[in-house]
Amino acid sequence: MASLKDMRVRIAATKATQKITKAMQMVAASKLRRAQAAAEAARPYAERMDLALGNIAAGMAGADGAPKLLAGTGSDSVHLLIVATGERGLAGAFNSSIVRLAREHINRLVSEGKQVKILTVGKKGNEQLRRNYEKLIVDRLELRGVRVLGYANASQIADKVLAMFAAGEFDIATLFYAQFKSVISQVPTAQQIIPPKFDGSKPAAAAASYDYEPEEEEILGDLLPRYVATQIFRALLENNASFYGAQMSAMDNATRNAGDMIRKQTITYNRTRQAMITKELIEIISGAEAL
Amino acid sequence: MALHFELVSPEKLVFSGEVDQVDVPGAEGDFGVLEGHAPLVTTLRPGILTVHAAGGEQKIVVLGGFAEVSDKGLTILADTADAVKDIDRAAIAARIAEMEQEAAKMEQGSALDKLITRLDHFKQVDRHLTGTAMH
Repeated sequence: MASLKDMRVRIAATKATQKITKAMQMVAASKLRRAQAAAEAARPYAERMDLALGNIAAGMAGADGAPKLLAGTGSDSVHLLIVATGERGLAGAFNSSIVRLAREHINRLVSEGKQVKILTVGKKGNEQLRRNYEKLIVDRLELRGVRVLGYANASQIADKVLAMFAAGEFDIATLFYAQFKSVISQVPTAQQIIPPKFDGSKPAAAAASYDYEPEEEEILGDLLPRYVATQIFRALLENNASFYGAQMSAMDNATRNAGDMIRKQTITYNRTRQAMITKELIEIISGAEAL
Repeated sequence: MALHFELVSPEKLVFSGEVDQVDVPGAEGDFGVLEGHAPLVTTLRPGILTVHAAGGEQKIVVLGGFAEVSDKGLTILADTADAVKDIDRAAIAARIAEMEQEAAKMEQGSALDKLITRLDHFKQVDRHLTGTAMH
């Protein structure tokens, strides 16, 4: 059995750990508030843009000469997966749940005989994917030094993706991130951004053909790259909020666990101490009786 | 009578609701949108957007973006959108100065032409803002 001193040291160590997790939880909570507000404020723009582009796409359906960014290259043999994760760990299952979703996609695509390329955004995703898919990773980006996520960060990533697309390096791009639902729920999401997939409410045949001012090509040439950047920006913001949400609940759990451990250790410590006192008393008394 | 109008910028939803008319600074000229407007997609130039609703009007400065008119109404995706009274005039002046410097350094070509057109739009916005401030 551990000596009383060892036990005291262990209790002190657990208490120190608890202090750290508690502090991390509070930091995450305060950062979460700002990240959540930013993510929620960015949603309407991305949604309206999705809707507007969906309308335009429906209006153009079947027409020749639709830009490749909108209509696709006509092939689906090379897939680019953009996996956005956090820069840091200690956030529960946040990073690994995104990676798991990406991994399922990779395995499915590979078994279908498609070529897969991976672009990782964030250090943790890169570390986890590198283990199994080192050869598939074409590029990695990190947002380590970034303090406040801006549109500029997203358009940097978008430029890279668009340059690859222009060079014909892939046919379909899918973006992986965790959508922020609430502090306790972040949903890993896969979203196809090139060519964009519009869900649900397709305005039926009634979709009027639009007048374009200036030329259609010019507008779409401007709108589509912006669409890609907007979706990436939104994914980064959602991810950021999700990260702090996951970290906050993970650290909350850790703090509570540390509390339980301290309680158990203290009980064992007190019992042992009591047992030793009793033992010493018995020794003294039996010693006195022997006289 | 009522046109559904939404104005969003990447940071937030600026305006959403039923209005009578919106005057939009299109890239190829200003145009007004009433209910039942033909479907249209256009780019915006930096300029001033006027919303007519409930007898009053509201002026909003937009610095580029897109407008989409469909049977559901008008949606504007602006790069930035601020009400005239909230706008930071110094920031616009700074942008103008910055663009002028850039233009001075650039060589002849279509990029320069584009920059100069943009610069003119900014100057127009600036003039308009100074104009309204005097009243």
